[in-house]
Amino acid sequence: MEALELARWQFGVTTVYHFILVPLTIGLSVLVAILQTAWVRTGKEKYLRLTKFYGKLLLINFALGIATGIVQEFQFGMNWSEYSRFVGDVFGAPLAMEALLAFFLESTFLGLWIFGWDRLPKRLHLATVWLFSIGTVLSAYFIIAANSWMQHPVGAEYNPETGRAEMTDIIAVLTNNTTLVAFPHVIATAFLVAGTFVGGIAVYWMVRRSREDRQHADLPMYRTAARFGAWVMMISGVAVIVTGDVQAKLMFEQQPIKMAAAEALVETPDGPAPFSLLSIGNLAGDDPGSVSHVIEIPGLTSYLATGDWNGEVLGLNELQEIYAERYGAVDANGDEIEYRPNLLVTYWSFRLMIGLAAFSAALALGILWFTRKKSPGMPGWMKTLALVSLPMPYLAASFGWIFTEMGRQPFVVAPNPTGSDQIMLMTMFGVSSSVSMGEVLTSFVLFTVVYAVLGVFWFRLIQRYAVEGAPQVAEPAVQSDDDDTAKPMSFAY
Amino acid sequence: MDLALVWFILIAVLWTGYLVLEGFDFGVGMLMPIIGRSNKGRRVVLNTIGPVWDGNEVWLLTAGGATFAAFPEWYATMFSGFYLPLLIILLALIVRAVAIEYRGKINDESWRARWDWVIIGSAWVPSILWGVAFANLVRGVNLDADHQYAGNFFDLLHPFALLGGLVTLTLFLSHGSIFLSLKTDGEIRERAEAFARKASLVAVAVAAVWALWAQLAYSRNAWTWGALVVAAVALIGAWVSSLQGRFGWAFASNAVAIIGAVTLIFGAMYPNVMPALEPANSLTLDNASSTDYTLTVMTWVAAIMTPVVLAYQAWTYWVFRRRLSLEHIPEHTELTFLKR
Repeated sequence: MEALELARWQFGVTTVYHFILVPLTIGLSVLVAILQTAWVRTGKEKYLRLTKFYGKLLLINFALGIATGIVQEFQFGMNWSEYSRFVGDVFGAPLAMEALLAFFLESTFLGLWIFGWDRLPKRLHLATVWLFSIGTVLSAYFIIAANSWMQHPVGAEYNPETGRAEMTDIIAVLTNNTTLVAFPHVIATAFLVAGTFVGGIAVYWMVRRSREDRQHADLPMYRTAARFGAWVMMISGVAVIVTGDVQAKLMFEQQPIKMAAAEALVETPDGPAPFSLLSIGNLAGDDPGSVSHVIEIPGLTSYLATGDWNGEVLGLNELQEIYAERYGAVDANGDEIEYRPNLLVTYWSFRLMIGLAAFSAALALGILWFTRKKSPGMPGWMKTLALVSLPMPYLAASFGWIFTEMGRQPFVVAPNPTGSDQIMLMTMFGVSSSVSMGEVLTSFVLFTVVYAVLGVFWFRLIQRYAVEGAPQVAEPAVQSDDDDTAKPMSFAY
Repeated sequence: MDLALVWFILIAVLWTGYLVLEGFDFGVGMLMPIIGRSNKGRRVVLNTIGPVWDGNEVWLLTAGGATFAAFPEWYATMFSGFYLPLLIILLALIVRAVAIEYRGKINDESWRARWDWVIIGSAWVPSILWGVAFANLVRGVNLDADHQYAGNFFDLLHPFALLGGLVTLTLFLSHGSIFLSLKTDGEIRERAEAFARKASLVAVAVAAVWALWAQLAYSRNAWTWGALVVAAVALIGAWVSSLQGRFGWAFASNAVAIIGAVTLIFGAMYPNVMPALEPANSLTLDNASSTDYTLTVMTWVAAIMTPVVLAYQAWTYWVFRRRLSLEHIPEHTELTFLKR
């Protein structure tokens, strides 16, 4: 194994780990803000209890989320310094903007929200959770803009003197059409994750409480949370599908090889391209000719890619020739360039991304059906469905990113078919040249081990606090500074 | 004025913000067992930075992002060159963030004790390593003709750099204890004040030796004498104010001393952003910066956003301005791991 492969594994592991935590933070921060708004407006105790309950889970998640995010800010320079030199003029801007506009906002106002229950007036305190939520969403926008530039570089020129990509238009970078479809897709996914989380845990509690006592005082509260989560799942689920479809059509134009790889479409089909539900054969890439599709939906890939059931979709072999002609057949080392991504990964991650969302759909429909009347109660098997469904949108989100990122290989900056052919970079030339194999191995092992250990604590705490249920709460009272009698803080680490 | 110079100064400002704010965060972390003693005492100490430590840490991320945007070559060379020290710092920052948040989540003595060790250790490590890294920047590092780092990890650990690590360590200990003197009451405050009186003297002594060494042996500009004098006067001022029990002044003096020290460090490098042992290979403001267009865009963003950030962060400190004492710490409301 070489430093290049290790660096890729390290970036993959640290990013996937980070993104297990990110969607829940983004979605749940907004949902908690909505719950707190409902409490401030109605004064009903159930909303306050739910705010505190899901808020605690949000904080447990957020702590590990920022911890794993810190690394990303520096990993570009550590492991991918040649990439950083090439793209820094463009790529650094959204990253710096993210820190200035979003990171400061979310971290500062989160501190105010956690510790401010007895220090700030009710409405001001509500504003802090909204500002925190806005910060999380804003940071997603900037980092997706940065990532989208790697998928579809715009607003930049190649400078042959310095050998770098140089920014010419920040507005073009920030309104990249790839960003404008990827951002809503990711945000909708975040709400799907958070909606499933909120609804799933509420279902668990409805089943538990209704077994104890069908008149239990907590049941109306958990019913509210379950229906809230279900509607978030329904709406965000539709948004995921719509944005995903738009994204696929854009991907077909901008990265046709990724679209073909999603389908493991080796040869260009005569006529409409089918959507494969099951493929066998050696997808790993050594022998693409052995791939055969077992179950197919006729024309669906043509529709997904072009919006026309009869649209033409090129196969990987033909695209390989087109790419070789346009971007070079051999690399700087004189080796033949393989423009095909790893089909096993792209094919199955694409299918898992789509398929796993079905769990949330089933959960949402179940919740809406069983809570349609005000009378409490929830069948026991819904608890099983809820618990099985909880991790599924997480996995779907991870597979989505794995598909997006692995599908752009062998490029780290994929060429824009309607842009400059010079603004592209093979992943192999982006890796740090001055960092040794031993150094990358050390960091890879350490990050993986530390993340794994912290992940265990994260899971145990989330589980422990979810199983504890929504706490009984006292109405928060703002303390006056003139008050000499020292009252305990409403929250302390 | 040249935009690359504006960004060189702005990055120095971001580092100043980071070192002033995280300086006392790290000090507080290191002093948790010394000044806190009991569990409740440790909680008082930790909660003085409770609402703000996360926002303080963002100054580092912003400094990193700003370096990437304004000086990609510097960003690439520095972080791939200082690979292992940065890795250790990052690991410390990772476990620290989790430890602060998770420490109180379970009401169990050994659970707390373990996370306490993580909080303490992860304050000591970056407190030393940031100084090592900055001293290496001042001294110059082994860069080749392509501006790539050509040395190894142990090249970074020469005496001047290790003394630099001792400077940040003692400075943060003094800074943290002065901060605690301002933010606590009762017996915690007494212990913090007593510690601050000693620590601020040690900080003056260590910093003086390093700063003179840096100025005489490595500074590329004579005017950095000015920064050195400012830092020295401010550090002595912090010590004298501590002796007089005027900790507001002591804290302000320490902040001025950090401004002076960062000015000395960046001034000693100028016009380089990353000096090489072989001067021809140095990364300079000219050969490491982004294009004028990128710098112009970023200048607008920074000019608009920095005052806003400063305003709301200052407001946070105002909201949580009251002193904490043992009486302010609530009893445990956390969960236990008891079997259900």
